[in-house]
Amino acid sequence: MTDLAIDLLWLVILLPLAGALFLHFVGQRLPEPMAGLLASAAIGLSFLVGLVGAFPFFQGDGEATTILLWSWMPAIGANLELLWDPLSALMTLIVTGVGFLIHVFAIGYMHGDERFGRFFVNLNLFAASMLTLVLAGNYAMLFLGWELVGLCSYLLIGFWFTRDSAAGAAKKAFVVNRIGDFGMMVALMLVFAAFGTLSYAGIFDRAGEVLTTGVATAIGLLFLLAAAGKSAQIPLYVWLPDAMEGPTPVSALIHAATMVTAGVYLVARSAAIFELSPTAQVTVATIGAATALWAASIAIAQYDIKKVLAYSTISQLGYMFMAVGATAYVAGIFHLMTHAFFKALLFLGAGSVIHAMSDEQDMRKMGGLLSKMPVTGVTMGIATLAIAGVPPLAGFWSKDEILGSLFARGGWYGVLWVVGLLTAAMTAFYMTRQWVMVFWGEPRWSEDAHPHESPGMMTLPLIALAALTVVGGFVNTPFRFTLEHFLEPVFEGVSMQHPPEGWGMFALMAGISVFAGLVGLAAAGLAYRRPMEDWAEFEQGLQPVWGWWEQAYRVDDFYNVTVVQPGKKAAEAAAFSVDLPVIDGAVNGVGRLARGIGERVRVLQTGQVRNYAALLFAGAIALVVWLAVTGA
Amino acid sequence: MVEAVLFVLMAVAALTGAVTVVLARNPIYSAIGLLGTLFSVAVIYVVHLAHLVAAVQVIVYAGAVLTLFLFVIMLIGVDKSERRIETLPSQRIGVGAIAILLIAGVVAITVFGNFEWVPAAASVIDLDATNGTVAAVAEPMFTDWVLAFEATALLLTIGAAGAVALAHYRRRN
Amino acid sequence: MVAPGWYMALAAALFLVGALGLLIRRNALVMFMCIELMLNAVNLTLVAAGRALNDINGQVAVFFILVVAAAEVVVGLAIIVSIFRLRSTASVDELSEMKG
Repeated sequence: MTDLAIDLLWLVILLPLAGALFLHFVGQRLPEPMAGLLASAAIGLSFLVGLVGAFPFFQGDGEATTILLWSWMPAIGANLELLWDPLSALMTLIVTGVGFLIHVFAIGYMHGDERFGRFFVNLNLFAASMLTLVLAGNYAMLFLGWELVGLCSYLLIGFWFTRDSAAGAAKKAFVVNRIGDFGMMVALMLVFAAFGTLSYAGIFDRAGEVLTTGVATAIGLLFLLAAAGKSAQIPLYVWLPDAMEGPTPVSALIHAATMVTAGVYLVARSAAIFELSPTAQVTVATIGAATALWAASIAIAQYDIKKVLAYSTISQLGYMFMAVGATAYVAGIFHLMTHAFFKALLFLGAGSVIHAMSDEQDMRKMGGLLSKMPVTGVTMGIATLAIAGVPPLAGFWSKDEILGSLFARGGWYGVLWVVGLLTAAMTAFYMTRQWVMVFWGEPRWSEDAHPHESPGMMTLPLIALAALTVVGGFVNTPFRFTLEHFLEPVFEGVSMQHPPEGWGMFALMAGISVFAGLVGLAAAGLAYRRPMEDWAEFEQGLQPVWGWWEQAYRVDDFYNVTVVQPGKKAAEAAAFSVDLPVIDGAVNGVGRLARGIGERVRVLQTGQVRNYAALLFAGAIALVVWLAVTGA
Repeated sequence: MVEAVLFVLMAVAALTGAVTVVLARNPIYSAIGLLGTLFSVAVIYVVHLAHLVAAVQVIVYAGAVLTLFLFVIMLIGVDKSERRIETLPSQRIGVGAIAILLIAGVVAITVFGNFEWVPAAASVIDLDATNGTVAAVAEPMFTDWVLAFEATALLLTIGAAGAVALAHYRRRN
Repeated sequence: MVAPGWYMALAAALFLVGALGLLIRRNALVMFMCIELMLNAVNLTLVAAGRALNDINGQVAVFFILVVAAAEVVVGLAIIVSIFRLRSTASVDELSEMKG
């Protein structure tokens, strides 16, 4: 059974791909829920195949296997091959599992959209692309998936492309990601130049002998650039908040739970290369810490329910980068997993709220919704507590492990630990603020709004994710390091950072981080449970800092002035002072030349056959004379 | 001596026929003039021991081709409207110049035409010994030139098909 | 024995007449006959030269020229016939649509 599942592993990718293709051609003609049900079934089956295939790893006797599907360019190691090891298995289960729940949710959420079928085409295509990325057995295939998820992200952000803001956001995401992809391409060139192959098998085992520290650092930093683009880290995070223009299930699936974690996966997968370059590791961790703090501060002052979650996602991704940068790979992947649960839950909950409020996203116009939509409120509350790091929810265990690992590593990482704690407090603050603003206090919605609990199709995934959020953390606790042992074979050859040993240290670490979380939680709770006038006054009291946070430090304006406008100017200059006079001039000049010559020689074409004959004879005689003169 | 007499007679006949082709106002006379030239040239071929070529000249050219010409002349009517005076001004100058040059060439060949004939060693045979048999022509044609032979066969087929396609008369409606 | 040069001269004269006829005459049929004259002049040089050089390939070449000339006549006459159908004339001066 299990062997069969591994042999049929390609089905994991093929099922959603086939779903996308099928729906592409017939989806528009299906009655509404059918397209969504089919898409959900495809990804659900994909999950089951992955689950059965992962069984040996659960039992602890599985071996990493490479499944060659098709030899494409064996000479450079670019084949269609799948690497099935605990890491890719875990990623597969996260993508398909969370993806399945979000698909189901989307059936309810997208109800009534005229391009309902098209939405599930893109969603399924995304799942297939993301699975290609995580199951790839070489960097070429990983890059294929990497670009495909970027494409799907573009398509789905711009799903409601008739809105200017959505089209612009899609374009922005695509262009910013291009910068990261540039780093990816150069990194892959370096890898190929050093190893002569792109296959994982030929790279990781030999990394120590082949790479010098300098090359490893270069590759690592370029990978970081790529990851910063895809995973929205400083300085390339600006696309993610705008990506909230997409439908909320998309935000949940792509821009919170799965695609944006690709950068974390990339760093973890390339651990053998980062192993050789402490510089690259420190840079990854520092970028992560900076992003975590930066984004958390912005999230505090947002009023758009999805914007808060977007900045929160950036911040949490920064957490994961801190972990993998500090070589605490298991902690990073662990947080990736728990974050997928509770952030998907938060986004879906936000979607449910938006749905209930008839597409209202401003939290200042909500409030007191708990009684109207109890399921959404309670599940989102659980997720809020989880992300705030309240034990024993999932977020507590994973966040605590990251912080502990940072502390144990010491030195500069100790500074990052402090940053992490600060971020944890801020995270607790803004998440509590959000929950209280939406579900507590006096209702502030207008009279035409009739908030109501969402249908079962939407609340069931919420409940499932809430359950995962509650129990998900127990896979890796100091009492039982299940995930640690599960992932150990993947990181066999590299050194790994662990949290400090001993129950005393654990209690100390947990105490500090829980305290930080509770401080944020309590502060927000106290501030925002009061009427709006009071907390508006409190926010005004924080000016001008609050204004900076609210406007996201005006980074977009900064980029606009420093990058976008000069770029547009350069393009304009190229278009109007180079292209128009020089290139077009040359082309038109050639045309004018030909026309001028034609104008002059057209008199030769009299249309008289006998004229032509005379010219023919003249030519022939000239030839004969020439031959006679040259003596041939 | 016989050859000299034949040459003079045939040369005069051929040139007379050629001039007739050009000068006759009635195309039928032109065709008759061409016939005379073709026959005269055929006689010269026989003198040169080119019996097969001579036979083909008479049968295909004088027989088939010329008959075709006459058919077409009859089909489209004898057009006598053509005037002797040149109507294209530019053509007059051109024809004058070319005529002078061509006449100069003819004179040059007549005066300096006693070339030294140097045979190419590879393809020399004793032409007199063949006595003008068909076998002498057939042998190189079906060995060295067999590809050209097949190509011309194909050309004839295409030509025939093309002629049918061109001249086929489609009745309107 | 007549020197080969005389045959060359005769061929040149025939070619001259044919060429001038082609340039002067306007009747497409007569022009065609002039082309045949020129072809015959060339054939004559080939046969005479082959004789002078003791080379049978001259006659082979003439044979091929005859075949190609036959094909050309067939197609050319078909064109003349179809032009005549359209224009009711065989004068080439009437056909100057291709003037540049």
